[in-house]
Amino acid sequence: MSILLNKDSKIVVHGLTGAQGSFHSKQCLAYGSKIVAGVTPGKGGTEHLGVPVFNTAREAVEKTGANASLIFVPPPYAADSILEACDAGIKVIICITEGIPVMDMVKVKSRLTRLNAEGKNIILVGPNCPGVITPGICKAGIMPAYIHKKGSVGVVSRSGTLTYEAVWQLTKQGLGQSTVVGIGGDPVQGMNFVDTLKLFQADRQTKAVVMIGEIGGAAEEDAARYIKESMTKPVFSFVAGKTAPPGRRMGHAGAIVEGGAGTHASKVEALKAAGVTVVENLSEIGAAAATKLKTGTKTAP
Amino acid sequence: MKLLEYEGKEIFEKYGLPLLKRIGVLKIGDSPEKLKFNGQGPWVIKAQVLAGGRGKAGGVKIAGTADTARELSQKMLGMQLVTHQTQGRALTVEEVLVEEASDIEREIYISVVLDRKEGAPVVIASAEGGMSIEELAKTRPELIIKTPVDPNCGLLDFQARELAFNLKMPKGVFCEFTELAKTLVKLFIEQDAALVEINPLAITRAGRLTVIDSKIVIDDNSLFRHKDLASKPDHEASEIEKEAKAIGINYIGLEGDIGCMVNGAGLAMATLDTVKLAGGNAANFLDVGGGATVEQITKAFQIILKDAKVRAILINIFGGIMKCDDIAAGVVEASRKVKISVPLIVRLEGTNVEKGREILAASGIKIGQADSLWEAAQKAVAAAKNQFQS
Repeated sequence: MSILLNKDSKIVVHGLTGAQGSFHSKQCLAYGSKIVAGVTPGKGGTEHLGVPVFNTAREAVEKTGANASLIFVPPPYAADSILEACDAGIKVIICITEGIPVMDMVKVKSRLTRLNAEGKNIILVGPNCPGVITPGICKAGIMPAYIHKKGSVGVVSRSGTLTYEAVWQLTKQGLGQSTVVGIGGDPVQGMNFVDTLKLFQADRQTKAVVMIGEIGGAAEEDAARYIKESMTKPVFSFVAGKTAPPGRRMGHAGAIVEGGAGTHASKVEALKAAGVTVVENLSEIGAAAATKLKTGTKTAP
Repeated sequence: MKLLEYEGKEIFEKYGLPLLKRIGVLKIGDSPEKLKFNGQGPWVIKAQVLAGGRGKAGGVKIAGTADTARELSQKMLGMQLVTHQTQGRALTVEEVLVEEASDIEREIYISVVLDRKEGAPVVIASAEGGMSIEELAKTRPELIIKTPVDPNCGLLDFQARELAFNLKMPKGVFCEFTELAKTLVKLFIEQDAALVEINPLAITRAGRLTVIDSKIVIDDNSLFRHKDLASKPDHEASEIEKEAKAIGINYIGLEGDIGCMVNGAGLAMATLDTVKLAGGNAANFLDVGGGATVEQITKAFQIILKDAKVRAILINIFGGIMKCDDIAAGVVEASRKVKISVPLIVRLEGTNVEKGREILAASGIKIGQADSLWEAAQKAVAAAKNQFQS
């Protein structure tokens, strides 16, 4: 198996008819992903890319049995789309949109926490992320498909192109991936490193994990604690932003060292102490994983 | 977006917080006569820069008379201010705020920030105000009080009361303080702030609660719904950064000499790290975005070359959805449009990478190509050093 997406994933795309939604949905469809519905208020009853479009997420779910959401809605309305997906009964919601106001995400997080306390088990991935791909099975996001290869390394990352770089290195080393998850670069987000690591730890297909972190926040430190206490699979990591000046936002809203917290040094130290193989040079992450994973085993993972 | 003290106080005023009487703001080139004093002083003149520690650096002065206040304001304008928060760099004082001075008996610290882990606001307070909270967190963490906020309800009455008791608020200002704390949270949520800080919040000798300083940071993502704030100048960005922003490029100026052009923020950050690892220093952070079209690449070249420090340019593009041959064509066309006088190192990876490399090689433009980011960084560092020697 894989995590988050599998052969039974039926995707509803919010903002299917927009420029971004159209472009990337076409690529996902070409990959073989089952996009069963689109949601664009006011365009219900039409068809786009051969997919039926609905006015509401609820209708899309009722008519098509969609169980995963992929959101391309512009920033002012994206938080509302996440909540609409929750309300429609979707369990895996992937939000690609970059630039959602933090306070909107605070409200989303608050409602999501309450719904999950009632046992709804909704997983939000993102926002401001490249999405999720289970190679060979299902792609729900904006990542280039061809760099991936089916296999058993789980990848989780806060950044888009940095993920592609790591995945491509793995693929070139002959190491395929079970699922690749972009959790996004925003300060308030859905699933974090720990949530993702738990899924990888429990997933039988996943034999090792590559985790790409960056400065800002404490998600990497939290991950280190979890890895130390509960993870039996090997973890490889790179943390971006060693040379970033403090107090400046490095592109991602969440990539900022504030008040001496969220530094590169603190993250690397915590990960190393947890037994994670941390590479200083990004160009070495694929080779580092290959060296360790291929040693002593006849079949590469 | 970081607001200056007086801009923050203008927002505080709308929310009815207890402020000192402001005489006015003087900018470089303004006549000091613009300041209309009434009352008998003394007055305080404060440099409006985005850094703490202004007092010790000479950015806060007291004047006994209106004439002295005008004179000190004039002197302070244009001054270069280096504080412990400016990382050795000098900030030019372009504006000063003149307001009534106050007689402070006690200083309290209070702020509202985002707790990233909880995904909700948190009120941070301390009975020991005046000093920086980072400093206090290091030396006396037990003096910091954190109150989590439910974003749907704001700060609740009992929480505000508890906070007032913990801060040992005197009876005379107790209720005023609880109102202030609740208002601060309301402001944080309504204005889409990333930080609202009052340090210090004073109790004067006359027993009045008074806001002495303000620090407000607004979430950039929210500016579309705060037109009044969006129209204010960005005091933090340099001229090049402002130009870049205006044309949709994410650029941050740095101290080194290798100009970098990368697609994606994470990869851009990692590229700077790799340059450092190869023994060099990047001149900038630049994310051209996912598209990396001819237009974007041309703009990025123009922005990078505005920095006179740049001795080599490193392009690191992972062609994802965009194919490498299209990107290569873009780089060639853009470098013909913009006169590039420094060595150019290009590392392309992704779809159609061979075709892309052929296009670069056949272009006749002198381009150093690299197979990996590591090789590209090493080549760029060597090229920059050669430029320096020649």
